[in-house]
Amino acid sequence: MAQVAQGLRYTKTHEWVKVEGDVATVGVSDFAQSELGDITYLELPEPGTRVTAGEPMGVIESVKAASDIYAPVSGEVIEANSEVVDSPETVNASPYERAWLVKVRMSDPSEVDALMDAEAYEAFVNEEGGA
Amino acid sequence: MENLKRTPLAERHVQLGARMVDFAGWYMPVQYRGIVEEHRTVRTAAGLFDLGHMGQVTVGGPDAEPFLQYVTTNDVAALAPGEAQYSMLLYPDGGVVDDIIVYRCPSGDGYFVVINAANTDKDLAWLAEQRAKRADLDVTVTNVSDRTGMLAIQGPKSQEILQQLTPVDLQTIAYFHAAEAEVDGVRCLVARTGYTGEDGFEIYCPIEHTVRLWDRLLEVGAPAGLQPIGLGARDTLRLEARMPLYGNEISAEISPLEAGLGFAVALDKGDFIGRDALARQKAEGVRRRLVGFKLVERGGVPRTHYEVQVDGRTVGLVTSGTTSPTLGENIGLALVERDVAGVGKPLDIIIRGKPVRAVQVRTPFYKRTDK
Repeated sequence: MAQVAQGLRYTKTHEWVKVEGDVATVGVSDFAQSELGDITYLELPEPGTRVTAGEPMGVIESVKAASDIYAPVSGEVIEANSEVVDSPETVNASPYERAWLVKVRMSDPSEVDALMDAEAYEAFVNEEGGA
Repeated sequence: MENLKRTPLAERHVQLGARMVDFAGWYMPVQYRGIVEEHRTVRTAAGLFDLGHMGQVTVGGPDAEPFLQYVTTNDVAALAPGEAQYSMLLYPDGGVVDDIIVYRCPSGDGYFVVINAANTDKDLAWLAEQRAKRADLDVTVTNVSDRTGMLAIQGPKSQEILQQLTPVDLQTIAYFHAAEAEVDGVRCLVARTGYTGEDGFEIYCPIEHTVRLWDRLLEVGAPAGLQPIGLGARDTLRLEARMPLYGNEISAEISPLEAGLGFAVALDKGDFIGRDALARQKAEGVRRRLVGFKLVERGGVPRTHYEVQVDGRTVGLVTSGTTSPTLGENIGLALVERDVAGVGKPLDIIIRGKPVRAVQVRTPFYKRTDK
């Protein structure tokens, strides 16, 4: 059973967002890491990159498959987690804590309102994946 | 998933928490606990595989040997009773219908042929067609897939685990040999073959005993670390051992000589389907070669059908790739133009539109050290 962390917002493409002021910390959900399996490669946008909500901003690969990471919100990347790039298996071990991926300074913080809360995401995952 | 074919173990896989997928029309486990963990279990202890989706055919009658000589690439006449060989069925143009294992029955009477799940219907139709063309031969080809259960136990602890359930001294079964043996009281064909690069056995049993044998093996094997293994790890294990996968390394469009499988083609044994095409290829030299490579910079994981370039020129395609759980490196096999092939020579693998540097390496990527 995939775990859904409370207090975060979620996308239908299984990214999570934690909002502090106008900065959004972004990662992928426990459901996403469990679907992908053993994660072996991450490609994240460099600080300074402008990302657009709903557009691909990175890549995550497992032994099994490659998948895009979509920007949940628009804005400028101010930090990327280099430790998780060096140890991608951290995404499997700690998707909500150590394996945050990027921090984005949001250009339109109201975009967060369009994302699912934990309860809605849990219902979405149960429907989609039977997880 | 309701329309998929099921092995007798489908319910067991679900109970064991497997992630089930559609594999060649079968409802099969791709993983139980994770591909990397399962892969390491097979390399260090032992793993149990449900191979109930594979097809099996018996070939009997006075002309079984000349018939198999005609439809397969390897030299069937070289098989002693109980011996097995890797072989292929070819189209007349040298493309591959399927890759197979041919066992000469331990009694010496007839042959047992194991074929790929994805190709079972195609192979049976192909064999029936050849059988009809060779009315001069007195041979019986029987599909026994529906009554044959197939399990594999693979890994360094395989023998000590299986030995607990059979009175036959497994040490007497050499690599690529098989024996009739009672396993937990059930008469089986036990073969020292596999698709992982480890020591191990493939066990063919009457289908109604499959579930009990699976349960008993897991029970007696638990102290030695035996775990069920899904098709995900089966693929990474076979790739490290450079064993071909039909549809990837070989196909109707890829010849055995291009795929480096000349060892299973006995051009001098007499006529067989595809022989003339391969003899010509051999004389002229193949245009493409299957090579092993590893990435030497970051950029992703090589995958099937990714383009391969040298100096910006397309020279071939990746046939299989993965992050090797044993080596921790991104490895793959690629079918490339002959003039760029060679251990130590560079290739660029195009991953998401970007060239990622790779170097050709010796294969197999992994070779066990115990034997």
